[in-house]
Amino acid sequence: MRLSLSKEQYAAFSGRMSPASPLARDLPLAFLIGGSITAVGQCFLELYSSLISDEKTAAALTSVTLIFLGILFSALNLYPRLAKYGGAGTLVPITGFSNSMASAAIEFKSEGLVTGLGAKMFVIAGPVIVYGVSASVLYGVIYYLIGRIGG
Amino acid sequence: MTGTKKHGSITYLPDSPVYITSRASLGGSEEKAGKLASLLDISSEDDYFGEDTWEKAETAIVRMLVDQLYKSAQTTPESTDLFLGGDLQKQCMATSLGLLPYGVPYLGLYGACSTFAEGLALASLAIDGGFASSAGVVATSHFCTAEREYRTPLVYGNQRQPTAQRTVTGGGAILLSKDAPKDRAAPHITAFAIGKMRDLGIKDASNMGAAMAPAAFETISTFLEDTRQTPEDFDLIVSGDLGNVGHRIVSRLAEAAGIDFGGRYDDCGRMVFDPSQDTHAGASGCGCSAMVLTASLLRRMEEGKIKRLLFAGTGALLSATSLLQGESIPGICHAVAIEI
Repeated sequence: MRLSLSKEQYAAFSGRMSPASPLARDLPLAFLIGGSITAVGQCFLELYSSLISDEKTAAALTSVTLIFLGILFSALNLYPRLAKYGGAGTLVPITGFSNSMASAAIEFKSEGLVTGLGAKMFVIAGPVIVYGVSASVLYGVIYYLIGRIGG
Repeated sequence: MTGTKKHGSITYLPDSPVYITSRASLGGSEEKAGKLASLLDISSEDDYFGEDTWEKAETAIVRMLVDQLYKSAQTTPESTDLFLGGDLQKQCMATSLGLLPYGVPYLGLYGACSTFAEGLALASLAIDGGFASSAGVVATSHFCTAEREYRTPLVYGNQRQPTAQRTVTGGGAILLSKDAPKDRAAPHITAFAIGKMRDLGIKDASNMGAAMAPAAFETISTFLEDTRQTPEDFDLIVSGDLGNVGHRIVSRLAEAAGIDFGGRYDDCGRMVFDPSQDTHAGASGCGCSAMVLTASLLRRMEEGKIKRLLFAGTGALLSATSLLQGESIPGICHAVAIEI
């Protein structure tokens, strides 16, 4: 028996049949877990700031520490377990970025250190770098022009 | 079409039944913890199955299944005229490498999660057509190879949609013959339908149940029309891995079309994992329906608990590339009627 449903009708019908993401649970969890990650970062920043007088170095050390923790938690297979509850809360902080690179590196190692790990490590993080750098160049140009006009 | 074995628009009735003479099932750690735990012929806590990559692990799964198949049939690969099989890896490599050592005449298949039903239908065509007296069919999937093939790296942290299904690690294999075993009653294929693709525009790869459900409904209902049967003629009708969402959609579509399943309809995607395993909408993958049929359904037929089964394997036809290029996901469904 051939169904006489249009694509629009089926989209509406199948949408009603499909459970939606539990946002009432997901959003607070993302806030709490993402917030906790950044709070940990703040603790490191405070610690490093108390040890080193140079603020920029302390901030850089904080980023490096969080990147390391992201990789460590990925290698121990704990990051995806945290992300299952954290969602965007684990995606957005710098640990999410390091997880995206570490996970790809681990995954594609079996295809060789050059053609696998080396090439495919950026499969998720690559676009973030490309468009992040492009956006900052654009921002720089605008900033420069405004400075010229204004100054 | 008269004078042929084809009846109605998609259904074929072989002149004589095609017998299932041997079966083998295998599951990984998550499957072992699920509903089929005690029914699997082979299971392992180690999803690497002693290998060093996931792809090699899936090749090992194929070989373990085929070994078990011949061991249980007390026969050798030389007696098999044709072996059909498939998996979800690129270019179907788990099955090709898996079957390599056996030296069997081989046809690799790709029907996504409908592969096992596709294999059963094609093997039946070959045997009933007189081109083979015996044939093997195997289908496998591995959660870890499928994640890489279709989704993201395993330890990448993301949240799965409530409509997503979990690819099964494992599979099933069957030996078919034109001759019935002499010592026991064997389940046999009495009819099969080669389904038509159906695309109602679903583009969400994490809702494959919704993408496949229209094809499942159309193949099952058309098969019933072609053979002038109703759901009451079967003890069980199973679609093969629509999961919770697709199962719900097919049930509603049937209701709206005036087809009364009367509690006889279930889905392989709902029969592998326990809800406590938090696999969202259920199980999927080539191995899913193959595993459920070989571990559970055929066993229940042999035990006399099911006399007539309609096994409708469903597949979502997509690749990572087709999705990225904005194509929607056509569904396919092949049905095989098995009796004992």
